[in-house]
Amino acid sequence: MTNLPKSNRRQFLKAGALLGTGLVISFVVPARITKFGESAEPDPVASFAPNAYLSIGSDGGINVLLSHVEMGQGIWTTLTMLIADELDADWKNIHVHHAPPGQPYMHTLYGLQITGGSSSTWSEFDRYRQAGATARMLLIAAGAKKFGVDPATCKTENGMVISGEQKASYGDLATLAASLPAPAKVELRPASDWKYIGKGLKRLDAPAKVNGTAKFGMDMQFPGMLTAVVAHSPVMGGTVKSFDATAAKAVPGVKAVVQIPTGVAVLADHFWAAKKGKAALKITWDAGANASFNSVTQMEKYRALAATKGLPALNKGNVESALSQGGKVIEASYDFPYLAHAPMEPMNCTVKLGADKCEIWTGTQLPGIDQAVAAKILGFKPEQVSIDTVFLGGGFGRRATPTSDFVAEAVHIAKASGKFIKMVWTREDDMQGGYYRAAFHHKLKIGVDNNGYPTAWNHSIVGQSIFEGTFLSMLVQNGIDSSSVEGIADSPYMTEVKDAYVGLHTTKLPISVLWYRSVGHTHTAFVMETIIDQLATEAGKDPLEFRRTLLKSHPRHLAALNLAAEKAGWGKALPAGHFHGIAVHESFLSFVGQVVEVSVTNGRVNVHKVTCAIDCGLAVNPDGVKAQMESGIIFGITMALYGEINFKDGKVQQTNFHNYPILRMNESPEIDVHIVASTEKMGGAGECGVPPTAPAIANAVFAATGKRIRKPPFASIT
Amino acid sequence: MVYKLKVNKKDYSVDATPDMPLLWVLRDLLGLTGTKFGCGMAQCGACTVHLEGEAVRSCVTLIARAAGKEVTTIEGLSPDSKHPLQVAWLEEDTPQCGYCQSGQIMAAAVLLRENADPTDEDIDHAMSGNICRCGTYPRIRKAIHLAAKLQKQGGTK
Repeated sequence: MTNLPKSNRRQFLKAGALLGTGLVISFVVPARITKFGESAEPDPVASFAPNAYLSIGSDGGINVLLSHVEMGQGIWTTLTMLIADELDADWKNIHVHHAPPGQPYMHTLYGLQITGGSSSTWSEFDRYRQAGATARMLLIAAGAKKFGVDPATCKTENGMVISGEQKASYGDLATLAASLPAPAKVELRPASDWKYIGKGLKRLDAPAKVNGTAKFGMDMQFPGMLTAVVAHSPVMGGTVKSFDATAAKAVPGVKAVVQIPTGVAVLADHFWAAKKGKAALKITWDAGANASFNSVTQMEKYRALAATKGLPALNKGNVESALSQGGKVIEASYDFPYLAHAPMEPMNCTVKLGADKCEIWTGTQLPGIDQAVAAKILGFKPEQVSIDTVFLGGGFGRRATPTSDFVAEAVHIAKASGKFIKMVWTREDDMQGGYYRAAFHHKLKIGVDNNGYPTAWNHSIVGQSIFEGTFLSMLVQNGIDSSSVEGIADSPYMTEVKDAYVGLHTTKLPISVLWYRSVGHTHTAFVMETIIDQLATEAGKDPLEFRRTLLKSHPRHLAALNLAAEKAGWGKALPAGHFHGIAVHESFLSFVGQVVEVSVTNGRVNVHKVTCAIDCGLAVNPDGVKAQMESGIIFGITMALYGEINFKDGKVQQTNFHNYPILRMNESPEIDVHIVASTEKMGGAGECGVPPTAPAIANAVFAATGKRIRKPPFASIT
Repeated sequence: MVYKLKVNKKDYSVDATPDMPLLWVLRDLLGLTGTKFGCGMAQCGACTVHLEGEAVRSCVTLIARAAGKEVTTIEGLSPDSKHPLQVAWLEEDTPQCGYCQSGQIMAAAVLLRENADPTDEDIDHAMSGNICRCGTYPRIRKAIHLAAKLQKQGGTK
């Protein structure tokens, strides 16, 4: 399975307009769609495409097209479940594909085609069920027509339309169904009829991921394709002054060397030859503006800036006056380093450039932006550029760059060389090539009442903006990038604080920064949950009870906090030398509480167990939600203990996994996840597991050592 | 120069320089892309294959060392994707992005062959060379225990 047949393409176009999703612009049919990464072969069968999200072939094969991409979070399965619950399809006939760039696949809220913000399930909950329900109604209408009966007498079951003794398969009815008008009104099944939603399904992408057949961008191979490896400036943002490719071209297998805006690319028969060619290049670099950039001295500047008043993200009462009344004031400041996303699959992109079309294969969270960026570089219209999104070997935000950096670089190589190329970054390119979670500094002064509860809160935040100058610049209002202050300006702990000022200093630096799994909450949750813990212990109160008091008007926070505490046995005896730490945080519309069990031996932090509770409203695929909590927690432990990117003289100091460690099996704790039974508004699952983990560990470390952590990472406590 | 290789019980001749790592021979010369490139310096384990039955990091195993020996990749682990580990991996819904999973399974296969009933400590020891950025470790651990059980119940290699 399958290249979509031509008739099918027209159906998609027609259906997109019918569904009221607007004019179909820049709709490009993928050059090759594969089922679970199997090799493509033509599918000659006629088919029925009631909308842009699914089609049914006369052979009974059902193609589901996903507007969101699979990068590990399980959306391949979850969106398909939504269709299947309405369609009554036979699972063995369902084939899942990533959609090409196109109007019907725009995010239902964000207005562009994007996988991000932990929004795929809730934002598609109605649209994908609607797609399945529409198809089912048309199939019933076709069945009724074929049987000569009233549609009301027909039911569906496992890919069949049935009326009395008569039955016909969806495949048999596909052609007839395609000729019928779209129903005026589509009713969705009540929750009581759901077979999959809320119950779950095994991952549909897993079989191909256990036998090596799943295809990632890195695995694209075509006859005549060359592999391109790029020499990038060692100083971020530097440019090529001059280069000598004589020795590189002499390496067996090297076919061409071309200069591109971001460096020099070596094209060869295979990766190894290209890599050797790159090593043989002699390049003189112009280091540019970053030659003296140093992250240590930069943080010193941030600290000085934090002492001055930033732009208001929250301003109520009069915090200066409140803090000068002579009551108890607690002060703290925090440093957060740059972080690399470091997905397991290094960045890569395959480009085949023709006279009037360009075909691109890559794993991307932003196919529409990539298409537009590629078209601009080539002087093409977007519809002349196809994007075939294959499995992403991890995303975490890195495969969603507003500049489409890795796609743009590959297109430049194809354009400069005239060759069909797969650009492959090494791990070093990936780690040093930019796009980091921004470094941040926080400075706090908190006035507390006689019981230790906060009454005045002065909070200064310093760091770079990720939204400014991007397609999400509307998220910068009055100089406040919402992602720099999320989790603080809107913190539930601020509810009862009478006098508060949250000030933001947005720094402008030539270091490329980007959203990162759980975005601003990566640092804001750490600050809030460790400082609240400190207020509790300074007041001589239990950290759980202290939070319960402050969160009394926030039932979803409380539910997650209480369930995690109960399941972890908060307050009960632990093995000697083991200590609990707790945290709760809302992000991406979901509420997550965690209790972490930690020991500190010879200054080394060991995480033994994490107990987690999440309220995400309806959990469409509960085991998928649990998997995302496990994933987020382990991501959070890596961030807490190891994550750190440093610059010296404009050069990233970390290069590979030996000096940018990722948590390993032997350090991985037992994880126990519980889902709060909830009928509240649906939230996300992909990111919200991350924020509470690092502060909960830090709070446990305090319980163990009496030391407050102000500067992650903290694998070693000295 | 020309090297003779035996990969997944099939004979191949490849023309390569002696310093070419087995990883790139498998991927770029033989088209066996199930074995993944993650770091290029034996740090992440995504490229794990079996050389004469032992788990090696193919990104630092030169072709000269592999020539003439039996190489097994994820594509050759079982003829029908029914190795107890593959069955258990699905049962525990283990993969997420999936990129590291070939290497994880190949590392676990040697553990399970050598140790029919591995403890958590055995799993830590055998699997700590394989990074998973999605954090599927808890499920990998469960899947290895389950595979051990399946193997004992007569699951075949």
